[in-house]
Amino acid sequence: MKTWIAFWNILKKDMRTYYLKPPNLSWGIIFPLAWTLMFFIKSGRGFGEIPSILPGVVALSILFGTTSMLAVTVTFEKKGRSFERLLLAPVPLEALMLAKTCGAITMGAANAVVPVIMAAFFVDLSHVIWWQMAAAVLLIAISSTFLGLFIAVSVSEVFEAQTFSNFFRFPMVFLCGLFFPIAALPVFLRPLSYVLPLTYGADVLHGAVNRTAQMPVALNLAILASFCAALFLVSLRNIQRKWIY
Amino acid sequence: MQATATAAVAVDGLTKRYGDVLAVDSVAFDVREAEVFGFLGPNGAGKTTTINILTGLARPNAGTIRFFDRDYTTNVKKAQHLMGIVPDESNLWPELDGLENLRFCGALYGMARREREQRARELLETFGLSHAARRRFDGYSKGMKRKLAIAAGIIHHPRILFLDEPTTGIDVASARQIRQMLAGLNKSGTTVFQTTHYIEEAERLCDRIAFIVEGRLVRVDTLANLVKHVQGRRVVQLALNEDASRLLDELRGAFPGVEFEAMPGNAMRAHTDQPLALAPLIRFFEEHGVDVTEARAIRPSLEDVFVRITGVALEQMRKEKELGKGKGGSAS
Repeated sequence: MKTWIAFWNILKKDMRTYYLKPPNLSWGIIFPLAWTLMFFIKSGRGFGEIPSILPGVVALSILFGTTSMLAVTVTFEKKGRSFERLLLAPVPLEALMLAKTCGAITMGAANAVVPVIMAAFFVDLSHVIWWQMAAAVLLIAISSTFLGLFIAVSVSEVFEAQTFSNFFRFPMVFLCGLFFPIAALPVFLRPLSYVLPLTYGADVLHGAVNRTAQMPVALNLAILASFCAALFLVSLRNIQRKWIY
Repeated sequence: MQATATAAVAVDGLTKRYGDVLAVDSVAFDVREAEVFGFLGPNGAGKTTTINILTGLARPNAGTIRFFDRDYTTNVKKAQHLMGIVPDESNLWPELDGLENLRFCGALYGMARREREQRARELLETFGLSHAARRRFDGYSKGMKRKLAIAAGIIHHPRILFLDEPTTGIDVASARQIRQMLAGLNKSGTTVFQTTHYIEEAERLCDRIAFIVEGRLVRVDTLANLVKHVQGRRVVQLALNEDASRLLDELRGAFPGVEFEAMPGNAMRAHTDQPLALAPLIRFFEEHGVDVTEARAIRPSLEDVFVRITGVALEQMRKEKELGKGKGGSAS
C-alpha cells in the first residue's frame, strides 16, 4: 500500500476544496491588513512602531487562519460522513491525520508571510533573525492546527467548532505576551500564560524581530514542539476513542 | 461455528456492548470465498454494528475476526485493503464531481494516477454514470449516489465487498440495477457480504443467509435449507374486493390452526400445516360482504422462514421500514 499516494491526494483535495477558495484567500490577506492598521492607528507613533506589532500580527494571522479552519472542515466531513470513508481507507491513522492537518499548517504559514511582506514596504527588516522567525511560524502553525484538530474531535456540530475555537483563541491572544508583557499581567493569570503554546511562539517572534525574548530560543522551540506532539497524540487517542467506537 | 479453510471472513464470539445495550451478542459465522452472504434482520438487530466491527469502524468487546485465514482481531486496519465498503448512506464528497470522487477513492487505496483514472472512467461507464461524470456529487439522485458509492467501494478490486442496506430508500429501477451489478461482481469472484432488511432481496441474491435478531445470530444456512423449515406448510393467498383486515380476529376464531395475515392490495394470506378447505373460507368472506376474486397456493418464502425461525413480526419490520425508524442507532 502506497501511503504517500493517499497522503498527497488528501492534502491536494483539502487545499483545492477548502483552503484555496476565494473567501479563504481574501481572509488571509484582509485579516493581517486589518490587524496591522488597527495597531498602527492605535499607537499613533508612525512607521517605527511596525516592528513592535509585527510579532503579534504574525502570530494572530496564523492562529486565526488555522484553528477554526481545520476544526470546521473536519467537523463538516464528519457530519457528512465522508470522514468515515477516510477512516475505512487502509491508511494509518497517524498518516491520515497528518494529511488532513498539512493543508491548514501550510495555509497558516502562508498567512504569516502576508504581514511580513506588508511590513517590508514600510520598515527595514534586515535585522530580523529569519531562521528563528521561520521556526516560530512553522511551530505556531503546527500547534494551532493541532489545537484545531483537538477541537474537531471534541465537537459534533460545525457551529460548535467555531465557538469552541474562540474559547481557546481569545484568551490566548491576551495572555500569551503578544501585546502585553506577561510580567504586566495580574499575578493569578501568569501561570495560565505558561500553559499556552502561543506564549512560547510569541517569545521567539519577539526575539527574532525585536531581540526582546524572555527565554532562550532553543527552550521556547522545544516547549512549542512538545505542545505540538502532545496535542497530536491526545487528538489521535480521542479519535480512536470517540470515532472508532 | 468454526471457520473453514476457504473462509473470506470468519468471526467467533463477536460481542459489542454500548453501555447497557448489548448490540452484538457472541456472534459467530463464516463467509465463504466468492459467495454472497446475507445478513438479515430488523432495524436495531445489530447488522450495522457487526459490519462496523468487521470494517474497522468499531472495536469489539470480545471475539475474533479473521479474513482469508489471517487473524485481524486487534488490527482490522491492516485488512482494509482487502475490502470494499458501501455504507447505508452515501458518504462521498459533495463538493467533488463523480469522476473526482472515484479518482480520490482510488488514491486512498494507493492506486497510481493512470490506473485510477482508467478504472474510474470504466466504472462510470459500467454503472451508467458517464453522463454525470463531471456533475457534483450533491447534484446526484439517490439512486445515482448509491451506484457511485458502490463504484467507489470496488475501485481497488477488493476481494470482499461489504454493503450495508444497498437498496434501501432508492427507486425500484435503480435497486434492480444494483442487484444485477452485485450478481455480476460476485460472478467475477468477489465475495459479497450484505446486510438488508429486505427479505425479497436476500432471497434473490444470497447464497447463504444469516438471521440476526436483537444482536444474536439465530440461524445461518442456505436458502434451500432454510426453506425446508416451512416445507409442508401451506400458504394460500386470497385476492379480495376490499380490505378485510377488520375481519382478522373473527377469522382466527372461526378457523383455529390457521394463521391469517393481511397483505397490501386487499389480499389476505392463510398459513396452515393442515390441508385448507377453501369453500368454508370463501363462504365466511361472502357472509361478511367481501368477495374472493382469486385464491392461489404460494410457495413458502424466506419471509415465512424468517417469521418461523425468529418469531419476529414482519408487519413490525414493514412499519419500521416505512417510518425509517432506527436508522443510525447505536445498535442498528
